Amino acid sequence: MKTIKTLLAAGVLGASLALGSATGALAAGKAAVAENVDFSFEGVFGTFDRAQLQRGFLVYKQVCSACHGMEQLYYRNLGEPGGPELTEEQVKAIAAEYEITDGPNSDGEMFERPATPADKFRSPFPNEQAARVANGGAYPADLSLITKKREGFHYPWYVSPFIKLVTGNGGPEYVRAVLLGYQDPPAELAAEAGDKYYNPYFAAGPWISMAPPLSEDAVEYADGTKATVEQMATDVSAFLAWAGEPKMEQRKSMGFMVLLYLGLLSVLLYLTKKRLFSRIKH
Amino acid sequence: MSGHSTYNPTNPVMKWLDARLPLPRLMYDSFVSYPVPRNLNYWYTFGGILMIMMVSQIITGVVLVMHYTPDVNMAFDSVEHIRRNVNYGNILQKWHAVGASFFFIAVYIHIARGMYYGSYKAPREILWMLGVVIFLVMMATGFMGYVLPWGQMSFWGAKVITNLFSAVPFFGEPIVTWLWGGFSVDNATLQRFFSLHYLLPFVLVGVVILHVWALHVTGQTNPTGVEVKSGQDTLPFTPYATVKDAFALCVFFIFFTAFVFYAPDYLGHSINYEKANPLSTPAHIVPEWYYLPFYAILRAIPDKLLGVVAMFGSIAIWFLLPWLDTSKVRSAAYRPIYKQLFWILLVVFFALGVVGANPAEGWWITAGQILTFYYFLHFLVLLPLVGLLETPKPLPSSISDSVLANGSAKAPAAQPAE
Repeated sequence: MKTIKTLLAAGVLGASLALGSATGALAAGKAAVAENVDFSFEGVFGTFDRAQLQRGFLVYKQVCSACHGMEQLYYRNLGEPGGPELTEEQVKAIAAEYEITDGPNSDGEMFERPATPADKFRSPFPNEQAARVANGGAYPADLSLITKKREGFHYPWYVSPFIKLVTGNGGPEYVRAVLLGYQDPPAELAAEAGDKYYNPYFAAGPWISMAPPLSEDAVEYADGTKATVEQMATDVSAFLAWAGEPKMEQRKSMGFMVLLYLGLLSVLLYLTKKRLFSRIKH
Repeated sequence: MSGHSTYNPTNPVMKWLDARLPLPRLMYDSFVSYPVPRNLNYWYTFGGILMIMMVSQIITGVVLVMHYTPDVNMAFDSVEHIRRNVNYGNILQKWHAVGASFFFIAVYIHIARGMYYGSYKAPREILWMLGVVIFLVMMATGFMGYVLPWGQMSFWGAKVITNLFSAVPFFGEPIVTWLWGGFSVDNATLQRFFSLHYLLPFVLVGVVILHVWALHVTGQTNPTGVEVKSGQDTLPFTPYATVKDAFALCVFFIFFTAFVFYAPDYLGHSINYEKANPLSTPAHIVPEWYYLPFYAILRAIPDKLLGVVAMFGSIAIWFLLPWLDTSKVRSAAYRPIYKQLFWILLVVFFALGVVGANPAEGWWITAGQILTFYYFLHFLVLLPLVGLLETPKPLPSSISDSVLANGSAKAPAAQPAE
């Protein structure tokens, strides 16, 4: 299944490149096309790689969460089926690392307490203005839905609908491409840089305020995986893909049963219809 | 075709009910004994499919409302809440959103079938016009529904579309302010759209009942376009049409659910996963795919007011179709020239959709203008002329004749009938 899909994608992609290299995806105002990654969660039967999600969460926790919130997520999500599936103790321990504001208590005072699995991820900044002040005017986007709202794949209009039916919009690939996409600016643009960085994959780019966030061994993986920049970028992209739709695995497994049921029912109905109409001229 | 009722209850309870409120009789006459032409093909199953899609949208919608919050600060998060925390909410929300798209896929096929087989001609003008009303109500409902998640495209789509009314001479500004409930698209706008999005589907149900009523008075058309002349030409709705419709529905649902479960975001816009931000305009504001042909017509006209008139006119013209088509022959199967025009119109309509999806710049503008010109040319000039000039093929004397002529050979080459 997967190979068929990959072949199909490659075929369509090849055709599109042959057809569309002139009009190019790098048309004015568009970000560069992200490299396609063969993620485990793609395709009809694709599921998340638990170990990868756990590694990706570590990257988010130790690197991204300094500036980027994930306001749609609860700590409990980390232990739910279809996600990183951390143990209950692990989830509790992670939540307890964060102090959140609660209240008011019976004295009418707000107070700080350690978070529990039932709490939302604590945001690094109390509000957008605070985030902007701390980041030189730039607002670090909330990452809950980043792989849903950004597209890594851009193709000419006459092939785009066909390719994207197979490959999707490339949201996780977008995140990965941005993390790996820091480059020296072309000579003619170098003067525009200011205090920003050149990244042709950035949707609002090519200039991005975020400094290259990942460096070799920035985190230490518990499972012994070597924390190369590419490894971390891929892992955190997978984690963010899960965060964008934590119920993806349930959706796909239910879909399989639904399609199986409808397929069988269609065959039965067709045979009934054929039998029925065989008695009459129509 | 609404002949004498053959409902004959034997159960005493049903007899008692029949003498007081003959609802079972109405159902029996409408969906069991109701005679349908015996040569209906699968294109005629989309009416039933649409009925099921409407019910499906209402049921999923009612449940979604139990969890949704129509407030600019909470709407987006409440939809995410449905996707993440409500039991089966992820599927429910996608079923409703993708369902809207498939509702429109079915209605476009249904309309095209009506145009191909001349379903709008006497005595079915009212039936057809009610259908156009249904389409308009669907469009309004779909548009307002898309605003509710309060994503970027929800907000900016609402802004662009409501702004169209500012083109109305003299009263433009007050009308737009009235629609918005304020001086910009804001909480008041979201709340009234929510209210209307809940109301309109029930208006839709009402018009659909009239549509079906009108259908059951005139009877269905059929691929030959020849009216039913005797009992020989028809079959009882149940079991024949019921089983055929059920099979077609099931196949349609395979496509529908394949998108719901495996490509739920394909027919939407990624940018709508970003919360509405009145201070940040998306690069390309594009309506949902099912409005694209009309959006292209809107943008083809350089003048704002005339553009709006052309856009609404492109649908309003369907109301006049029964009188613009001058041919006495219904079915395109017997109209060699009209048949070609039909397919050209379909291609033009699809191409308008492609134009609508792309930014209005360069040769897209020219393409949009040429296609828009042809669209109106088809309805206003070609259709009336062809009806007068064309020589139709000889019609079969009756439905049963055409069925027997083809049926015995069992190899209907160019016969669209089943």
